[in-house]
Amino acid sequence: MSNTPSVSRSVAVTVNGTTYQRDVAARTLLVHFLRENLNLTGTHFGCDTGHCGSCTVIANGKLIKSCMMLAVQADGAQIETVEGLAEPDGSLSPLQQAFSDAHALQCGFCTPGLMLASKYLLEHNPNPTEEEIRRGIKGNLCRCTGYVNIVRAIQNIAADSAEKGDLVK
Amino acid sequence: MSTVFTDNKTDTIRWTGKSIPRKEDDRLLKGQGRFADDIRRHNEAHVYLLRSPYGHARIRSIDVSVANEAPGVIYILTGEEVAVLQKPFMEIAPPPGGLMEDYCLAVGKVHFMGEPVVAILAETEELGRDAADLIEIDYEPLPAVVDGQAALQAGAPLVHEEAGTNVVWHGVYDWGDIEGSIAKADKVVKIDRLHFHRFTSTPIECNAAVVEYYPGSGEYTFWCNNTMPQFAAMFMGPALGIPTDRLHFVTQDIGGSFGNKITTYVYLTICAILAKKSGRPVKWTEYRTDHILGGSHGNERTFSDIVVPVMADGTILGISAAAIDDAGAFPRYEPLGSVIWSQVVPNVYRFRDVRIDFTQVVTNKCPVGPNRGYSRLQHMWMVERVVDIVAQELHLDPVAVRKQNYILPEQMPYETPNGCVYDSGDYPRCLDMALELIDYPKWRERQQTARGTGKIIGIGIGSTLDSGTNNFGQARIINPQLPFSGNGEVSNVKLDLYGEVVVTIGTTPQGQGHETTAAQVVSDILGLHPDQVRVLIGHDNARNVYTGFSGTYASQFAVTGLGAVQGAAEKLRREIVQLAAGVLQADESEIALRDGSAFVQGQEERAIPFIGLANIVFANNATMPPGLDVSLNCTYTYRPPFKVPDVEKKFGNLTLTYSTQIHASVVEVDEETGQTTILDYAAVDDSGRLIHPQIVEGQVHGAAGLGIGAALYEALEYDEEGQLLTSNFYGYKAVTAIDVPMMKTAAIESPSPFSPNGAKGMGEGGGAPLHAICSALQDVMRQKSGAIIKDSYNPSERVYWLLQNAEKSRQGVSVEESGHGL
Repeated sequence: MSNTPSVSRSVAVTVNGTTYQRDVAARTLLVHFLRENLNLTGTHFGCDTGHCGSCTVIANGKLIKSCMMLAVQADGAQIETVEGLAEPDGSLSPLQQAFSDAHALQCGFCTPGLMLASKYLLEHNPNPTEEEIRRGIKGNLCRCTGYVNIVRAIQNIAADSAEKGDLVK
Repeated sequence: MSTVFTDNKTDTIRWTGKSIPRKEDDRLLKGQGRFADDIRRHNEAHVYLLRSPYGHARIRSIDVSVANEAPGVIYILTGEEVAVLQKPFMEIAPPPGGLMEDYCLAVGKVHFMGEPVVAILAETEELGRDAADLIEIDYEPLPAVVDGQAALQAGAPLVHEEAGTNVVWHGVYDWGDIEGSIAKADKVVKIDRLHFHRFTSTPIECNAAVVEYYPGSGEYTFWCNNTMPQFAAMFMGPALGIPTDRLHFVTQDIGGSFGNKITTYVYLTICAILAKKSGRPVKWTEYRTDHILGGSHGNERTFSDIVVPVMADGTILGISAAAIDDAGAFPRYEPLGSVIWSQVVPNVYRFRDVRIDFTQVVTNKCPVGPNRGYSRLQHMWMVERVVDIVAQELHLDPVAVRKQNYILPEQMPYETPNGCVYDSGDYPRCLDMALELIDYPKWRERQQTARGTGKIIGIGIGSTLDSGTNNFGQARIINPQLPFSGNGEVSNVKLDLYGEVVVTIGTTPQGQGHETTAAQVVSDILGLHPDQVRVLIGHDNARNVYTGFSGTYASQFAVTGLGAVQGAAEKLRREIVQLAAGVLQADESEIALRDGSAFVQGQEERAIPFIGLANIVFANNATMPPGLDVSLNCTYTYRPPFKVPDVEKKFGNLTLTYSTQIHASVVEVDEETGQTTILDYAAVDDSGRLIHPQIVEGQVHGAAGLGIGAALYEALEYDEEGQLLTSNFYGYKAVTAIDVPMMKTAAIESPSPFSPNGAKGMGEGGGAPLHAICSALQDVMRQKSGAIIKDSYNPSERVYWLLQNAEKSRQGVSVEESGHGL
């Protein structure tokens, strides 16, 4: 029986460069903290088992599923979410643009997680092979695209970056 | 054929037909979409559903007394109270299916694992879940029935005692002369059993809703992701004892549906009751495990006693079979699937003599609902299996047998044995293109060189149709009392106060890009850039236009949705031209539209911008030219040209368009493990005139991805007690990026002569990967010992078993030399 009253903790979490100080119930998952406490609803909740990847964010430089981490564990962490991807002027980043150009999104629900996974992949492997791309996003489920155009978008951005020599943003 | 494009456009640019950037993308890429779980209401309370752990059990008692005192609990609803507050949901079926009682919470007994039994409303979802742990339910487990054929046996456990049978609906479909075909055939191929398995599409966004009740008006608002809201209203209004217009549905971004979000009215009813009881906005977001346990599964179908009269050259004359469709515990959208398959009776083939004895049953499993390819893919899979088995058993080439039997392009429009009119298409050409994409001769060679290496290569074809734009009159074949026929969608296109063009449609897009394609159509008619057209997305029956058919399902938007948008935009164009002609003192024939202005052709300085026209109508109407009656607010309902089908003969045109999907797959099977790897894959589609080729191709990819998953990885498997063994993404292996190949695609455009724009509905696909992969596996088995692929689901263990047990798999399959009647 788990009727333990929620214990509240104070946390300070930096999300996309802004530090938020909040009191949260100790059992709050990071994904719910982002969505409900911070109203950053771009990070989505798609399963309760850590499989679908729609809640994927980057925490302290690591690609994680935010339903698999408690908000209290993120105390002091630097989190990157989809809301931080666009350019400061609001225009799409090259990665976002590549997704749009290749029609790598349909319903758009898995897209934030997939973009974070893609960003992480390209930061660690700027010129991935198709197989490396597929392995890099295998933790993110998409039911609309058959992954074809997602893989192409990542291939395109990798090729673009290689040509221009700039870092993937 | 008719054509979309207005002849009197002022601009040569045609936006339709181009893959322009999607209007939806910017917000979705920035995480600024508005999905159902993103909606917040002040003072909202949260619903947690306690579900049945049993497949079938009587509820002896439910004790909520301790839970009622738990922190944060606002209200606890059980079936006992629901039975007072709710009338059983309407059933589409006549008796016996029509006698089955369906409530939003289990009343008296549970019928499937995952059925909601108690709804807890609490201050937070977590507190609701805590309280659920304190509820004591005394269950008396009952024997479960988990197989369609078993459900028909005498003495089988009854899922619904009140119906006295597990049969939802039974009917015999008989067209042509199957006995005559059997008598004159050179050979008769018999197959005892084929089984199409249960799987589902698992949209990554689960079901969700925020529901608010307004005591002053008796109205409920559902911010939700239901994808056929007026269908939901039709069930909910009578169940709650209120007029359906008190049910206000609002949808915005929806994270996939594939049909699975059509039957959520059961859950919305729970929320409605709790919202009224508590006086609080009520929020419910489904967990993935709950979605897979109690959401919406695809129809499982068993075909038996399949008899196929064939000529020696491989010409198939007909098919006779019995079909048992397993609907799970409650009919809900069913038994519509018991007729919807007959949209594609001969699939893409010319055979004319068909008899299908169709029975739909209930079992102690999750209720089914529409699922991408709904009801047609099961039937077309059977037909494709028949084609491959005939080819193998008669030692014919499966490609040649297909070409031998395809309906030919010169036969279009082609009336099928049951009166469906295939509008256009070129199946042989699509097949040739698919074979070219995979380089068919190369793989036939490699197949030879692979022999003896422990790897076997198989090549398979899946030929299918994606029938779209339902004639809802087909529901009368199920129940002649139903007051349904035809179809339709409605759109409003207007200038707003400042001259901006604003479009609303009754649809509920889930990734199909309606904002973009509607803007393309409007832009061509009004001489605009799509960026100048604002499309308000989603269904809102209190504020926007809608019909009873409104929604997004059944491969129809390109026809019904864009047909409505086209009609409304043309009406608005006529009004703009009338008004501009009056203002500019020109003849209407001289007026042209470009870039948000109306002007006199050849004298472009004589012009008025849309904002000027809007000003006259909305804020300055004393200056209106005399004799005009314009609103600049134009609504049009597109109604496809349908007739009510002949219910007795089960005859009529059941959909307006028939897109083609022909897939070719190359697989490699490891003899030691049975593991199947896809080496090459091609999908050729013909969706008529393409409005946005990239969006169409994207949906082809998506349908193929889900189909590949279903063929090799995804199955909803129950044990004999009705326990679902694959109730989350641990057990239900939704395909990942490493399971799907980089498929090749090509398209041809055979414009539909029946649609308003030459386009055909598409998106569902016809389950072509299931057919193509089974076909390729059959090709693998042909090279070994001739095992027969009898199931649509072929994970490694089954392929391995087939390699080892060819003789067992061949039991019940025979070829008789000449026909002697059934």
